[in-house]
Amino acid sequence: MVPELGHFALILALLLAGLQAFFGIAGPALGRDRWVAAVTPAVAGQFVMICTALACLVASFVNLDFSVLYVASNANSALPLIYRVAAVWGAHEGSLLLWIFLLGVWTVAVAIGVTRLPKRFGARVLGVLGIISFAFLLFALATSNPFERLFPAAPDGRDLNPLLQDPALALHPPMLYTGYVGFSVAFAFACAAMLEGKMDQVWARWTRPWTTAAWGFLSMGIALGSWWAYYELGWGGYWFWDAVENASFMPWLAGTALIHSLAVTDKRGLFKSWTLLLAILAFSLSLLGTFLVRSGSITSVHAFAADPGRGMFILGFFVIIVGGALALYAWRAPLLKSQAGFDVLSRESFLLFNNILLIVATAVVFGGTLAPLIAEATGYTLSVGTPYFNAMFPIPMIPLLALLPIGIQAAWKRGHLSEKKKRLLMWLAISVALSVAVVVGIFGRSLVLTPVGYAVAFWIIISSLVDPIDRIRRRLSLPRSVIGMTVAHIALAIFVIGITSVESYTQERDIAVGPGETVTLGNYAFRFDKIENMEGPNYDGVRGHFSVTHEGKPILNLTPEKRLYWVQRQSMTEAGIGSYWGSNIFLALGDDLGAGKWSVRLQIRPLVNYVWIAAFLMALGGGIAASDRRYRTARQPATAGEVSAAGGPLPGKAG
Amino acid sequence: MMNRFLLPLGVFILLAVVLYVGVQNSPDREHLRSVLIGKPAPQFTLPDLMNPGQTLSNAQFKGKPYLLNVWGTWCVTCRVEHPMLMQLAQKQAVPIIGLNWKDEDESLAHEWLQEFGNPYTAIAQDKPGREAINWGVTAAPETFLVDAEGIVQYRLAGAMTPEIWEKEFLPRIQGNPTVSR
Repeated sequence: MVPELGHFALILALLLAGLQAFFGIAGPALGRDRWVAAVTPAVAGQFVMICTALACLVASFVNLDFSVLYVASNANSALPLIYRVAAVWGAHEGSLLLWIFLLGVWTVAVAIGVTRLPKRFGARVLGVLGIISFAFLLFALATSNPFERLFPAAPDGRDLNPLLQDPALALHPPMLYTGYVGFSVAFAFACAAMLEGKMDQVWARWTRPWTTAAWGFLSMGIALGSWWAYYELGWGGYWFWDAVENASFMPWLAGTALIHSLAVTDKRGLFKSWTLLLAILAFSLSLLGTFLVRSGSITSVHAFAADPGRGMFILGFFVIIVGGALALYAWRAPLLKSQAGFDVLSRESFLLFNNILLIVATAVVFGGTLAPLIAEATGYTLSVGTPYFNAMFPIPMIPLLALLPIGIQAAWKRGHLSEKKKRLLMWLAISVALSVAVVVGIFGRSLVLTPVGYAVAFWIIISSLVDPIDRIRRRLSLPRSVIGMTVAHIALAIFVIGITSVESYTQERDIAVGPGETVTLGNYAFRFDKIENMEGPNYDGVRGHFSVTHEGKPILNLTPEKRLYWVQRQSMTEAGIGSYWGSNIFLALGDDLGAGKWSVRLQIRPLVNYVWIAAFLMALGGGIAASDRRYRTARQPATAGEVSAAGGPLPGKAG
Repeated sequence: MMNRFLLPLGVFILLAVVLYVGVQNSPDREHLRSVLIGKPAPQFTLPDLMNPGQTLSNAQFKGKPYLLNVWGTWCVTCRVEHPMLMQLAQKQAVPIIGLNWKDEDESLAHEWLQEFGNPYTAIAQDKPGREAINWGVTAAPETFLVDAEGIVQYRLAGAMTPEIWEKEFLPRIQGNPTVSR
């Protein structure tokens, strides 16, 4: 009964999404205000239905209803309760429902936010979101119904993929999808502006907080995935340039470009058509990611089961949504003219470089990810691996980082760096000195790019902090948007410090070792104390005990595990991880080699934690910036009306 | 005249074509080809599930084509596939040899067969899962088509369906002279 209720709720949600799309697009176009007024109730009704469907699926999992095929395939009576809930998004059908639910959450938030905007514009935004929701609901109902029954019911289920039975991974998909789906809001704002044939600085101010918030969630989602891969997969790295990782990284890069381009459109009314294009691009790359993961066109460690029928369906709506938006762009963007100009050394220029370099970086990742697919289309097979990305990705990134400290010191519109040039050079000199001190004083050896990495990072930190500190000292107010930006930029510097340290100073060793023996790596010694059998709720396995010493001083104990999950008969590595003075000590237990020996992977990764801490700080910065009062007051009806009247319709207004 | 605002749309259309070809190609990748295809099937002698204390060898089926179906009572997809196997057994299209994979206890398999019917001509027991490794089994269910000469002709990873039977198995059984003999 419960699954049927969920199925029925999904069908009603589809109908309501259709109404939301129709009234939202047709109402403003035909000037029917009663249609416009019907959009919000459709949004509310659709959300209630989606919540009902999700609740039904959660209930089926919690009650272990093995007459539902999806539950029988992804849960087991021995599965702990928390993972029964997380199992809802453990495979394709349920994670699609999660996607739809999060789109619903964003849509409701937008519906509340746009009450302060002109009614017809708001209706158009919600209409575009309705089209997206309709497409996904249709996809779910037509090809991926999570409520499909299994007759006769299974006595017990196949269990959740053991890889997914982990707290970080239980959170990773919701975070990641919140980010992915969040870019649909910027996309909807862009489409609404193009439908109106009008886009001004106020539009950019409306769009900014949504985009920044989505970007923050995406940053966090990617970081959680990376952290999980580090300790769970037992490979001991934080990024593998895997197709699915790349699929989440591309919208992040394009979204980062969009945040910066929106700033220019907001402050100066420039880059209008470029900003629109980026808004379309960021969401298109999110959709592309969804397509790549679910269609089976790309092989990857964490792709969902391949299904060409589904692939065709997603491709179809990908083409309609993105193709439609780009056609709208080709039609309407030529009407948008930016009036003002700017000097070469103004902040606008630096943000333009930022955008170009970020798009080049996106293109590098895009090329590497899709090259195998393109090659296959022409009859070749090709695989693109880490060496390509490691060689190509820094090419746009290093200039991007080096221009950052200068860019944030540059003024809008006018290009007079002269009085700041001296200060910038002084900070650069300090940064280089610090960098050399770190390399020589602490580590004593270096790769070619090591000092460059540290120097750029220090330069970014100094240049970012000088103005905010100055303002605080003079007791001037510091808007949240500036605080958020500063936090995010410093987070980027911390990220660079982390990556530079890990890439330059990682030590690793794979070795066979037996209980009672000691192995060394660098200044660390690892004593294999014992190995014991153990049992968990739905797995058994072995646990090793290692005591670690640094220059003879005991620092910590590590207990790496190797688990065998009963139902899926999959063995999993739980690495033993500890830190000492910022260095991450990683120990993974490999195979039983017989004769009392075990294969063991040891790694010392200095400051690898900075990579994840930085990503969380970036998300925090995004959150602070998105909560700036400026965005909220701009939404007051009176203010919005005044500003838009003052700004006037664009010269090329057509709608 | 080409306007620069059309360029993104043009690039996107190119991408869509590539993705289309990608989707078209993906079924090949899904039904993972086996290295065994065109090679002699691995020979096994395993405990006979239906006759306790006796062994079963696939050598005794040589001379006629047969299917080797890998299954287990713990496997949900096997349950989904089961009615299809029952239909094939009723048609007596081809003998189906079961490889009962990693079932901890015989009684589980016997209960399953009593409840849902037995489509198998004979069933070999592979409790430790060693034989499945010889066949390169990655996940149950899997079905191999072995011809009269003992050569593996086809491997299906996943559940058998009427469509797959008609499209992949029947032509190989009827069309191939060594198989149909």
